[in-house]
Amino acid sequence: MNLQSFRESAWNGLWRQNTGLVQLLGLCPILAVSTSVVNAVSLGLATVLVMAVSNFAVASLRNFIPYEIRIPVFVLIIAALTTVVDLAFNAYFHDLYLVLGIFIPLIVTNCIVLARVEAFAAKNDPVSSTVDGVMMGLGLVCVLAVLGGLRELVGNGTLFSGIEMLVPSLSPIAVFGNDYPGFLIGVLPPGAFFTLGCLIALSNWMRTRAAQRKHAMLRPAAPVADEAPSAP
Amino acid sequence: MSHRYTAANTSLRTAGIMVLFTVTFTAVMSATYDATRPAIEASAQEGKMRLINEVLPPSSYDNGLLDDFVTLGPTPQLGLDDGGRIYRARRAGAPAALVLEAAAPDGYAGRIQLVVAVGADGRVSGVRAVGHKETPGLGDYIDPRKDRNKTQPWIGQFAGVSLADVAAAKWTVKRDGGAFAYRIGATISARAVSRATGRVLEYATENRDALFAAQSGSRI
Repeated sequence: MNLQSFRESAWNGLWRQNTGLVQLLGLCPILAVSTSVVNAVSLGLATVLVMAVSNFAVASLRNFIPYEIRIPVFVLIIAALTTVVDLAFNAYFHDLYLVLGIFIPLIVTNCIVLARVEAFAAKNDPVSSTVDGVMMGLGLVCVLAVLGGLRELVGNGTLFSGIEMLVPSLSPIAVFGNDYPGFLIGVLPPGAFFTLGCLIALSNWMRTRAAQRKHAMLRPAAPVADEAPSAP
Repeated sequence: MSHRYTAANTSLRTAGIMVLFTVTFTAVMSATYDATRPAIEASAQEGKMRLINEVLPPSSYDNGLLDDFVTLGPTPQLGLDDGGRIYRARRAGAPAALVLEAAAPDGYAGRIQLVVAVGADGRVSGVRAVGHKETPGLGDYIDPRKDRNKTQPWIGQFAGVSLADVAAAKWTVKRDGGAFAYRIGATISARAVSRATGRVLEYATENRDALFAAQSGSRI
């Protein structure tokens, strides 16, 4: 894998085909756990891990998987590897597991993992597939972090609540002070839809603007060319 | 003429590959399960002990608490649909406290799983909500880690209370004529925990002697 295709993968995962903003896959777990930054990023990181591992496994085995039964085999591989990750976390990173543990089984229900396995890992070599999984996952982490941050800020007036469970020396920030009454809709499910809707709108606006600029940059000479014949 | 590409052959071959994948990945899972089980069990025990230490001071007993228990079948009074355990703390062989697994069936969002420690003197030693789905930021103050009042968490008010102090009928929130505080806007969670704690205390008081006398590991 060369630098060019690495950049391509990174750009695809982080922005162009962003899971949360463009592909809109796996929204159920995203909306369910993005009530705070820590929860959201934790789920995101667990997803990165599972996506990297399952993309790698499928890409390595892709020549042995008959086309007709690829979907059941992919599901089997993803479910098995998620179980392995779940058990390994429980055994060797127990403190982290207490925080992340409930999210790891949720990943099986996240169709983005299956989507990347089917769309990318089944046709590419293991290294590029792992990179693709990591990048897609990191794109998801970014969206989740912003989504979780906004919901937590609006709903509770805090940021990073629960961080003390991951890093005991850190403590949450009460952005609006301790008297903030809370705006419950931020934390409840409707808040997730509103916030994600706003984020998608923002990203679409940025994309449209970028496309228009590109368009304008490609055709500045056009009006001049039109005038040229009539002004000899 | 070749038989390689008949429908029967293709489906047999595909089925064979599917079986092979299933067997391989099941083997991977079971190998991981076996390899991680001792570590997982050890941390589960440690987690349980840490939780019990929150409701019962370790200095109040001297037996191996986790090995001295009785199991219960479904017990409606404790809110247990599938049964649970009661751990018995003893000091120099004499009863010191019971640690009961229980549940409040009527939380705002389903069951609230509790651990309640009741001293041999009939006083609640401590209560913890160990599993619940109460609304974040609203009803989840029943969990001291989520409680905004860190110095005097809501769930601390049960410590030291006995049935002699608060009669069984008064084990609910003040709004219902009970004895316990609640926070405005989230009565249901507080009511569920208060009432469940009252029922657990009654159960522990009534069955105290039988519970301490039963053979360790036996089913009541």
